[in-house]
Amino acid sequence: MPDHDLPGRSRPVGFGNRFLLYLELVRMEFVNNLAYRSSYFTGIFNYTIQIGAYFFLWDAIYSGRRAIGGLNKEEMITYVIVAWVARSFYFSNLDRRVAVEIRDGKIALELIRPYSYQMVKYARASGEAFFRILFFAVPAGTVIYFIRPFGLPPDWQAGLLFLLAVIGGFVINSQISMIAGFCAFFTQSTSGIFRAKRVVMDLFSGLLLPISFYPGWARDIIKLFPFQTVSYMPNLIYLGKITGGAVLKVILLQLFWVAFLGLVSVLFWRFAVKHVVIQGG
Amino acid sequence: MALIEARGLTKEFRIFRRREGVMGAFRDLFQRDYTTLRAVDGIDFVVAEGEMVGYIGANGAGKSTTIKMLTGILVPTAGSVNVNGFIPYKEREKYTRGIGVVFGQRSQLWWDIAVIESFKLLRRIYNVSQEEFKARLKKFDDILEFGSFLHLPVRKLSLGQRMRCDLTAALLHNPAILFLDEPTIGLDVLGKAKIREFLKEINSESKTTVILTTHDLGDIEALCPRVAIIDKGKMLYDGSVDNLYAQWGHDKMEDIVKKIYEGCKPEQYCMIENWGDTHA
Repeated sequence: MPDHDLPGRSRPVGFGNRFLLYLELVRMEFVNNLAYRSSYFTGIFNYTIQIGAYFFLWDAIYSGRRAIGGLNKEEMITYVIVAWVARSFYFSNLDRRVAVEIRDGKIALELIRPYSYQMVKYARASGEAFFRILFFAVPAGTVIYFIRPFGLPPDWQAGLLFLLAVIGGFVINSQISMIAGFCAFFTQSTSGIFRAKRVVMDLFSGLLLPISFYPGWARDIIKLFPFQTVSYMPNLIYLGKITGGAVLKVILLQLFWVAFLGLVSVLFWRFAVKHVVIQGG
Repeated sequence: MALIEARGLTKEFRIFRRREGVMGAFRDLFQRDYTTLRAVDGIDFVVAEGEMVGYIGANGAGKSTTIKMLTGILVPTAGSVNVNGFIPYKEREKYTRGIGVVFGQRSQLWWDIAVIESFKLLRRIYNVSQEEFKARLKKFDDILEFGSFLHLPVRKLSLGQRMRCDLTAALLHNPAILFLDEPTIGLDVLGKAKIREFLKEINSESKTTVILTTHDLGDIEALCPRVAIIDKGKMLYDGSVDNLYAQWGHDKMEDIVKKIYEGCKPEQYCMIENWGDTHA
């Protein structure tokens, strides 16, 4: 009898196999999302209206002024459009999904698997993100471009670095969502936490307002948090306001936050799992 | 060497007791009233390789909590636990490679995708080779007969069909130990028979150790030479089914278990008449 036929002797998983598993999860989530693609078409419509509203708002604010917070009117409109289109890519419901699994006790089924719960969740979020970029962000950007042409990156390098920074923003946004979701271990009512998280993210990431519009003391506080690396900094790279070595600084800052948030969520997870109470059954 | 060894295993839950009324809710904001519930209270549980043990107890007796500690989902409050050479909750990723778990109340399969896709993903998760995967799937299909609904999403399956798929999912990686938490709950007679036949086969052929909680004593009679009975977190009986009959006379198993749940101990012989009096 070959060794692996004995019970409990399944072969250990190497790094390569683990990677294949996560890749498979990315693929599965992508395919899964195809079933819901029609809901994304309504999403494109919603985003177009949202962006339209901001367009008129900023149009009114800029009347008679040349530049506010270092951006002229045309740059501001591009900023808003790029920020929202990028958001259609990096946004995810990770926090809610994690919280629901914890609240319903489905987390028990994740704890009996020989994988990292967080990595599985990130892999699936990536699958969804790939889907979003193809079926949401790119179509939404194209539609909006035809309605109201906006500025393009100054050169292809800036465009590429912007994409890289947005991917960094996606990772950081997912990590923040994961940590928010873990709060469900300790409280039944997570909706308040999620609402607070959303407001903080929208304001401090630079989605609603470029960070340069804030007063100096507020900017100093925002600097202490990872939020502005999700939207504000990538957008400035797109606009060509951050160039050269400063781009490298942004990427390094993102890497720092990825490492920091990764550490926080691992510690939080370890602590929470020890105190986990499985609901039901 | 024992495959499962738990000593003085204890799990306490802190329960937040809400006060009544508006004033009560207001007071809860500042001072919370906790009570401690001892769900599992210092049990010893030792299982050898290849055994098939029935683990029974009334609702809320602590069965599921024990299973969750043995599978590494819950961290014990006190006591020691060692399963298959691991401390379950400490070395989760290594430990869970060697176990299979089925919760009758929940499916571990992906709800929206075809059953076979879930199996394929599990093959990846446990790193099962393609040949083994195919061979096992075929072997399980011979008894459980899931071939006809392998390509349906789980949400379209009946409870019986789902349970057969869940069992397969738990055994695809040929685990040393199979934990079953109420695997026959809600199944019809034929469904139960099929699952029992399958478990027997797996136990005798692959020497898989099986721990099974159930409310259906038919499961125990059909499968388990050994039974452990727990009530209010304490182990009331742990021994052979034969011995249980010998100690209690040749009542039906159901009656014996009823009496044990009622608080009678095997040593103090409880008269059937007495039991009848209080519950007439």
